[in-house]
Amino acid sequence: MLGKGIRSGVKRLFRLPLTSDARAAADADAELRVFLAERVDYLVRRGMPPADARAEALRRLGAPLSDTTLLLHASAARRERHMRLRDMMHDFLHDFRYAIRTLRRDARFAAFAALILGVGIGATVIVFSVANALLVRPLPFQDPDRLVWIENGLGAGLSAQTIQVANYLDYEQQNRSFEGLGAYMAFYGIGDTRLSGEGASARLSVVPVSRNFFPVLGVQPILGRQFSAEESLRWNGPKVVLLSNALWRTRFASDPGIVGRSITLNDAAALVVGVLPASFDFGAVFAPGTRIDMFVPFPLTDETDRWGNTISVVGRLKDNVTLGQAAAESRMLGARITAAASRRNEFDPRLTSLREHVSGRVEGALGVLAFAVGVVMLIVCANMSNLLLVRATTRRKEMAVRAALGASRRRLVRQMLTESVVLSSFGAALGMVLAIVGTRAVARLDAVALPLLGGVRIDPSAVAFTLILAVVTGLAFGLVPALNVPAAVHEELKSSGRAVTEGKRGNWTRSFLVVAEIALACVLLVGSGLLIRSFLKVMEVDLGFRPGRVATLRVDPGAGWTTSRERMNAYFDEVPTRTSALPGVQSVALADRLPLGSNRSWGVAAKGRTSERSDWQPAFVRVVSEGYVGTMGMRLIAGREITIHDGPKSEPVIMINETLARALWPGEDALGKVMSADGDRRVVGIIGDVRHLALEEGAGNEMYIPMRQTGDFPAVNLVIRSTLAPVSLGAAVRNALQSVMPDLPTNDLRTLSQVVDKAVSPRRFITLLLGAFAVFALVLALLGIYGVISYTVSHRTQEIGVRIALGASSGHVQRRIIGETLALASAGIAIGAAGAWLLGRALRGFLFGVTPTDPLTFGAMLFVLAAVAVLSGWVPARRASRIDPIGALRSN
Amino acid sequence: MLKGTLDVLVLKALSWGPMHGFEIATWVEDRSSQRLEITDAALLQALHRLEERELVTAEWGETENGRRARYYRVTAAGRAHLRTTAAALVDEFDAVVSVLALKSR
Repeated sequence: MLGKGIRSGVKRLFRLPLTSDARAAADADAELRVFLAERVDYLVRRGMPPADARAEALRRLGAPLSDTTLLLHASAARRERHMRLRDMMHDFLHDFRYAIRTLRRDARFAAFAALILGVGIGATVIVFSVANALLVRPLPFQDPDRLVWIENGLGAGLSAQTIQVANYLDYEQQNRSFEGLGAYMAFYGIGDTRLSGEGASARLSVVPVSRNFFPVLGVQPILGRQFSAEESLRWNGPKVVLLSNALWRTRFASDPGIVGRSITLNDAAALVVGVLPASFDFGAVFAPGTRIDMFVPFPLTDETDRWGNTISVVGRLKDNVTLGQAAAESRMLGARITAAASRRNEFDPRLTSLREHVSGRVEGALGVLAFAVGVVMLIVCANMSNLLLVRATTRRKEMAVRAALGASRRRLVRQMLTESVVLSSFGAALGMVLAIVGTRAVARLDAVALPLLGGVRIDPSAVAFTLILAVVTGLAFGLVPALNVPAAVHEELKSSGRAVTEGKRGNWTRSFLVVAEIALACVLLVGSGLLIRSFLKVMEVDLGFRPGRVATLRVDPGAGWTTSRERMNAYFDEVPTRTSALPGVQSVALADRLPLGSNRSWGVAAKGRTSERSDWQPAFVRVVSEGYVGTMGMRLIAGREITIHDGPKSEPVIMINETLARALWPGEDALGKVMSADGDRRVVGIIGDVRHLALEEGAGNEMYIPMRQTGDFPAVNLVIRSTLAPVSLGAAVRNALQSVMPDLPTNDLRTLSQVVDKAVSPRRFITLLLGAFAVFALVLALLGIYGVISYTVSHRTQEIGVRIALGASSGHVQRRIIGETLALASAGIAIGAAGAWLLGRALRGFLFGVTPTDPLTFGAMLFVLAAVAVLSGWVPARRASRIDPIGALRSN
Repeated sequence: MLKGTLDVLVLKALSWGPMHGFEIATWVEDRSSQRLEITDAALLQALHRLEERELVTAEWGETENGRRARYYRVTAAGRAHLRTTAAALVDEFDAVVSVLALKSR
């Protein structure tokens, strides 16, 4: 029997390669013709007249000739297609096995390549998954494309962005764009609610929502029901709650009988009416970085209308209405409603799609990250191309032999490409593992205030992306080396035994790739350098307070203390006294709101200048106790701090920050003046500005009202400056306050440093990622330079040997090679610097305290790159300088 | 003819050696004493089908009359297929025969 290879050789001898159905049809025609001719011959030999024989042959066909021809064309075409496919599979399997064999022979190379590729692909897939979760995957609501975010456009701060209840009700009634509107009360307090009863008591966060909030989103409770109309009639009405899925699982062990049970919230009984699905995570969508545990009904009534701007609104567009139409109608309605009701707050509804509202803020950051991983992948590909080029030159002989044995150039190119795709598939497998680990880590970054991070995971689209990435990168970095397969086989074989001198072209390609690598690495290095410097600048910002060793804990007065102003003030005496008696505690104070947390603002004016609307300024309100300024480490600029004597019976006083002082009394001394804020109050102290909104943002107007002179505070935080570790501090405070506040939850104890960390977490997230990419790029560039220079050295052994033999000193040889390295590096750095300049401009929005062309960053990063280049050239240069001239000359 | 019979007959013929289409036709007719007459179009299609299923391979060769024809050769897979289907077919015919041979009342 003939061997398969020879048989196909024979096929090839007698038959043109079958590439089309036409060819198969021609074959079938020939076969049919011969068949008929043979039968005619046969019959004629048996004595039949030729004409009859012909007729008989056609009759025996069993079908008209034309039909038969068509049928045979079809069956032959099918057969050829099938065989072509099989040949391709066969070739591929052969190439694949061959690739595995060669790679196994060179396992170190394969492992190294898979590692580089794996890190690159892993990073890319992680960034893809984050982008997928934040930008692509639909929000976890029914028909999320129709959902719109509606906020007030009155300025910065939550009070200027939320909407007054009566305005909302008019808007809901008059609009023709929305199928429905839903609202939540935006001034919910994180940790406002104390859950006691089963287990240790805990601080929970509860969001009040309007009755149709969940229906508009299309969120259905998995257990129980939505809030009823009666339950949404008045504030502090019947206590009913909907539980978040997470709370139900962790606190109530997924109890299927939870609905209808009563739980204890702030010492009062509340009825559980339902449990929300796991897919609904309020924090992930509306308040990144926070966890919301429960929902209570928020009544839309006169009662809540009196609270001013309080609600944030989500609407569902009607099917035939676009966002633009709805926005136009809303502008008109806003003006009309504001004009019609002069005693209400202004209403200027601004519409964005909910998707835009949720992920719009992070789009820029993701763009930067996507760009960065793209650059990393390019560097990886350049690096792999270079490695394969080096391999290809050492394998030229193998290729030549295979070509001589009859492999076409196309076949060899395909073989090389198969090898590179196999390599990149190994890399992709490793990258997949890294990506799974990485996405899990990202999804667990609770402290990072980025939306929807919990939904980051490897899903089918990420797997598909990885597969495509593997093939595309394999082809990308394999193409150059594959096309480098020798065309002139015979030259290659003739040169047997001699060191192969490679052409100028190969050398040029390699140098080009290295220059590209350095340039790309340079772009990333400078970009991440700018971000790192920004980050450092942000951390250096004068916060206006000193967060070190300060911890905070909610200590809202429980039942029994809130009956009267006197009782409350007694509580404000007790708590600091007992806490400051603890060993290690330096000072203690109380405050309703802490920096970098939530905020509220009131309109204020200088007394006597209150007639015009423009006289009124919004100012952030803090209600604090005596000792707050010192405990927080804030600066008292002038006047005095409020004291324990600023009580309900003494003159109402206030402390304001420098900005507010300048705003209300420009060019005057604010101290001792009276202002209108929660009644008339005399300014007794001027305080240094505090970064209350974000580290990157200035203070704005701020004022501090004595806690003993107002009942209007949404929360009471204990602020403790101490030398104790937070864990032991929590237990100590709990014990100390046992008699005043039994069963105090301490699960919300945080240090101010944690608060600051959380505020910068998105910036840290992107800085860290970009920094990691830049370091990886730098390592790859280093390897690239090293690879090329040491390759050149090893292929010029002879030449260098001759030079040394002719008297070149080792220093001279080293200098020459390092000079070559520097030439490559400076070309790369020059191009890279230009690219970095462009990236810097694109990064402008992320920079803080540095210009996009920050000379220090550019200088430092370019120096690092040059130093790395010299270092990676130095090793092969040393090797070159030690070449033994005799050995080098004799070696062939 | 029963389903699959033609394929088995073709394979059987080829098990005697490589043949082109017309040789297969005459081989079957002669061995069956002209009792089995194969439809030529069906035979050629069967050959294409068998080649597609890799039960036979084809090469161009020259006939006794000097024409270029496709010569078919049975593969190892074809032989195995022949053994199993031939046995099954014989069984089936046997059953048919024994049913038909029953004396009517």
